Amino acid sequence: MKWGVLVFPGTNREQDAVDVLTRVFQQDVQKIWHDTTDLSGLDAVMLPGGFSYGDYLRCGAIARFSPVMEAVVDFAKTGRTVFGVCNGFQILTECGLLPGTLLRNKSLRFINAMQPLHVERTDTRFTSKAPEGRVVTVPIAHNEGNYFLPADDLKRLEDRAGVLFRYCTPKGYVNEAGNPNGSVNNIAGVINAAGNVLGMMPHPENACDPVIGRTDGAFIFESIIEELVFS
Amino acid sequence: MQILVEVMPKEGILDPQGQAVGHALHQLGYREVQSVKVGKRIVLEVEGDDAAEALKRGREMAEKLLHNENVEEFHVLLGEESAS
Repeated sequence: MKWGVLVFPGTNREQDAVDVLTRVFQQDVQKIWHDTTDLSGLDAVMLPGGFSYGDYLRCGAIARFSPVMEAVVDFAKTGRTVFGVCNGFQILTECGLLPGTLLRNKSLRFINAMQPLHVERTDTRFTSKAPEGRVVTVPIAHNEGNYFLPADDLKRLEDRAGVLFRYCTPKGYVNEAGNPNGSVNNIAGVINAAGNVLGMMPHPENACDPVIGRTDGAFIFESIIEELVFS
Repeated sequence: MQILVEVMPKEGILDPQGQAVGHALHQLGYREVQSVKVGKRIVLEVEGDDAAEALKRGREMAEKLLHNENVEEFHVLLGEESAS
């Protein structure tokens, strides 16, 4: 399976994505610079974390107008997989592939922690291999992870079951105590209506290698890879 | 000509920056402060002398890039240096 990992000026987590895809999952990966417009031959595009364009104006607002993003929107229309983490999620919301906006954390603090998530659905290409119990713990590292949607749009998102991950307590309760950043309805990750674009604030790519101590994030990559191999 | 684009958090949107500034002002003794909002002002130097056209294009820029309609509102005005 061929992956492209997008790199914008200010992206800084691309090597984490490339490393985990090549070394842990033996995937064919290439880095894609932001001025590229040709994504032909790729099966999946990953938007990694970082601070594209210094987070100037708003997180992801300037990256969204990079030449490569127009190509990513067309790529998504073909039904192929687009997966954004952290700053990648922020870019996907700014460009309209996913609903919502990531605001400053309620605490006004950058949060760097291990965070339990509840997997809401297992019938998607991103979560088919979710563990039983559906609670996984992966790192979060962000300053603007406070997911917000106006009430009407939030209802539409919830009605179509577009929420894939919610922040929760270690025992899996989705409540205020399990919400690290003030996100509405504890939302940590959402998919588009077609089901081929996922964005999430947590970093599953940093919890895949047993050497690091946790492999809770691996199921997302395993799900994507299996879906492609058997489709 | 100078065009100013002012971008503010929408009514009802959590503005933690504004809240933090409000707390600090209270600690300094400014008890009369009821609420604080923090936004941003973007100053554009543009070519041309048609103010109406410049404002129209300023609003376009705000719609496309300078504000996020989910959470922010904006208004566009002529800069002080253009007002004379």
